[in-house]
Amino acid sequence: MQDLKTPKETETLLHPITITSESITTREKRGNNNGRVTTLWWKKRFRLGEFLIEKSITAISFLSFAFIALIFVFVFRESLPIFSSSVVKKPVETKQVQQETYGDDTPTAELQQQVDERKKSVENLEEGGATAANLASKTWQPVSSKPKYGMLPLVVGSLKVTTVAVLFSAPVAILAALFTAAFAPKWAKELLKPSIEILAGIPSVVIGFFALIAMATFLQNTFGFQYRLNAFVGGIALSLAVIPIIYTITEDSLSRVPKVMTEASLALGASKWQTALFVVLPAATPGIFAGILLGIGRAFGETMIVLMATGNASMFSGDLFEPVRTMSATIGAEMGEVVFGDTHYTVLFFIGAVLFLFTFTLNAIAEVFIRQRLTKRFEGQ
Amino acid sequence: MRKLVRKLLGLSIPLLSGLCAISVVLIVLIVMGEVILGGWSTLSWEFLSTGPKEGMTEGGIYPAIIGTFLLVVMMSIAGVPIGTITAIYLSEYASQKSILARMIRFAVNTLAGVPAIVFGLFGLGFFVQFVGTGMDKMLSGGTDLKWGQPNILWASLTMALLTLPVVIVSVEEAIKAVPRELREASLALGATKWETIRKVVLPNSITGILTGGILAVSRGAGEVAPILFTGAAYFLPHLPKALSDQFMELGYHIYIMSTQSPDVEATRGIQYATTLVLLLLTFTLNFSAIFLRYKIRTRKAR
Amino acid sequence: MESSSSMKQNGHKITTRNLSLSYGPKLALKDVTVEIKTNCVTALIGPSGCGKSTFLRSLNRMNDLIDGVQTTGEVLVDQVDIYRNDVDVVALRKKIGMIFQRSNPFPKSIYDNIAYGPRINGIHEKAKLDQIVERSLKQAALWDEVKDDLKKSGLALSGGQQQRLCIARALAVDPEVLLMDEPASALDPIATAKIEELIFALKEKYTIVIVTHNMQQAARVSDYTAFFYVGNLVEFDETKKMFTSPKEKQTEDYVTGRFG
Repeated sequence: MQDLKTPKETETLLHPITITSESITTREKRGNNNGRVTTLWWKKRFRLGEFLIEKSITAISFLSFAFIALIFVFVFRESLPIFSSSVVKKPVETKQVQQETYGDDTPTAELQQQVDERKKSVENLEEGGATAANLASKTWQPVSSKPKYGMLPLVVGSLKVTTVAVLFSAPVAILAALFTAAFAPKWAKELLKPSIEILAGIPSVVIGFFALIAMATFLQNTFGFQYRLNAFVGGIALSLAVIPIIYTITEDSLSRVPKVMTEASLALGASKWQTALFVVLPAATPGIFAGILLGIGRAFGETMIVLMATGNASMFSGDLFEPVRTMSATIGAEMGEVVFGDTHYTVLFFIGAVLFLFTFTLNAIAEVFIRQRLTKRFEGQ
Repeated sequence: MRKLVRKLLGLSIPLLSGLCAISVVLIVLIVMGEVILGGWSTLSWEFLSTGPKEGMTEGGIYPAIIGTFLLVVMMSIAGVPIGTITAIYLSEYASQKSILARMIRFAVNTLAGVPAIVFGLFGLGFFVQFVGTGMDKMLSGGTDLKWGQPNILWASLTMALLTLPVVIVSVEEAIKAVPRELREASLALGATKWETIRKVVLPNSITGILTGGILAVSRGAGEVAPILFTGAAYFLPHLPKALSDQFMELGYHIYIMSTQSPDVEATRGIQYATTLVLLLLTFTLNFSAIFLRYKIRTRKAR
Repeated sequence: MESSSSMKQNGHKITTRNLSLSYGPKLALKDVTVEIKTNCVTALIGPSGCGKSTFLRSLNRMNDLIDGVQTTGEVLVDQVDIYRNDVDVVALRKKIGMIFQRSNPFPKSIYDNIAYGPRINGIHEKAKLDQIVERSLKQAALWDEVKDDLKKSGLALSGGQQQRLCIARALAVDPEVLLMDEPASALDPIATAKIEELIFALKEKYTIVIVTHNMQQAARVSDYTAFFYVGNLVEFDETKKMFTSPKEKQTEDYVTGRFG
């Protein structure tokens, strides 16, 4: 049977070599017909529009990566001067040191020694501005004739507030999520889910306001704190923002536990609560752990709530009921007043860099746990 | 004895967890209730439409509302298109294994986890100092310090960056909800990839783009940390007229007024009312977004 | 509706040579060589998973859309191997149209569904589009049913009508080949009969390849039949011959219902 060519306006080619100059010019003469190329219909056309659009879309998408890289670069760049000890913007007169500490009395030998020690530390400040030693000191007093950039009170402040927040929010959120996953009747679930979404949607400045105006007073009246605004109050306020995070991830992890495990447990005669506590909850542990990590990260980085509810005094102590200054609040409160490029500016950026690194690490670890939950745990079973 | 312990646990576990669940609901009610009760009386049309008077102890918050509005509009203009395009790239153009796609996803996930205050730092260090002073140098040889200052332009760009992940996630969800059969039908008719995206995928993803935009606006109106030193101000004599102007903003107003106002008693009503306005705003936005998202999910199930 | 004995001596519109396809490690098509005659209806039959749909989708390179697919061998359309590197897949798909198993009209009006293809091809004048829409709907035997309300959504039609809409949509771009992947499997017998009538009328102008799991349908509708089994082309012959005196035992077993 012979291959009859179907009568169409197509030039058919078996090999590119057989394209003669004649057939090319014929193609050019014939051109398009209703948008369809009638000769060499199969030949790849370069579509400029498609090409440009694809390239532009790819390029614009790259912006996300570009910006995150920029954030890394700039936040670290502006804090770099810390490591070079040549930043001195406010020279201090050594005379003042002696006069300030001891009135008119002639200093004794012991006191003199203390004065000398203090002089040395101040000299360090003069020389190094914000060297590593100073950053680790216990006083944060950037706006004074002898600026001190001791970060310890700030770090301790952040730690105190975060600890209170997580200690309060984690159990509440996890138990509430357990209730939703294991015990709640349908109507309760319908009530709880939107409540969590609403809570998550409340801006942190509103939570801060609520804490500052109403909650702090209530807590002081109930417990009789010495200071109305303190680490504890700030921590409780912070937990309002952390609860939705831990709840959502916990609830998600709990619901991902394969039904067969629950059924197996119940079939063995275990009760609902035994199943929930001894089978479902342990199975969801990696996810819950990830949730707590993310909650910690959020608490550590939160600014507005702590700015408004912690009293903002950089005190260095273990007392939970004293005012504190967190790292984030420090940046928030002081950044608006600094001179571009001076020591204070640099130190604030340094604090920001530390904050950034810390939350980034927490998120990365949490991510590992979330992924682990999806793969290893249930494949082995 | 063991039976008793077991019985106790059996009662207390559900009870305890139930209590926790109730407390969550209670917390929401208390917070909202407190704000509503405290601010309801001060809320009025006049409050919303006039500016502050008598050193912030009287009058309204009109400029703050306008400032917030301008901020989120500019933020959306910058962020929604970029977010949508990035979502299109990730779901339509990127191959699963491509390194570029993984880099972008990593970037988006990281952006989502950066604390708001760090965005503020970036806004200051990059937009205000680097880009701003750079622009000043180019435009006026460094003499006119116009762009090297905090203003509404830098604040909106900073916010756009912060809300970018929100937009991307929403739009990607909507794009993935478009059934594969529709794409195949279009391609089988001889449409190119972009033609298919433009004529079939995007028109059916509008709801998702809208959801992303609304969620971004809600975040943008609520976050204060990034604008603390990139453009917000407490009292300005006039509304922002140019991109290089500063602006008043609802959340910032609440913060300053409640922590630094000289006359706390006099401004208490205003504080509450401003908070109420912000709360109502974000609540309405979130509710609409949730409603739209529900529509997307039910459409996908069809 | 039986294959005419005085069949035209047509050429081969599509020829495959040693076509093999794999999804990752799994081999879905093994060395398929077959010749599809022009202006005839060729049916692809075989049990589930035998590769007939995969083969169909290879003809207009729709398998390219799936990640991890490897295709070797040749598929010649009008003597041109469409798997060459310099082939324009978009142009290919204008020449070879496809109708899917589950009808997939766009969520647009009937008119816009059909006008979609021509608009992509640069036709925008309303008069021309009106003409194309009417012609396509008439060819798909749907015109009388919808002509009064072309603005109605394509999704508001019944299953059978939607499928005919998809056929009209495919015809609107003026293809030469129609690939149909079990077009009537989701339809009731009346709608199915209408589709089969349509196919018979269309083969005048178009080359049709239809995948079907319904052997009676294959016998009713097609001129040639290809029997696939686990990725292999077991037998290919005139439909009449294959169903009455198949050459391979496997074919006979399948055709007589001994397995399937």
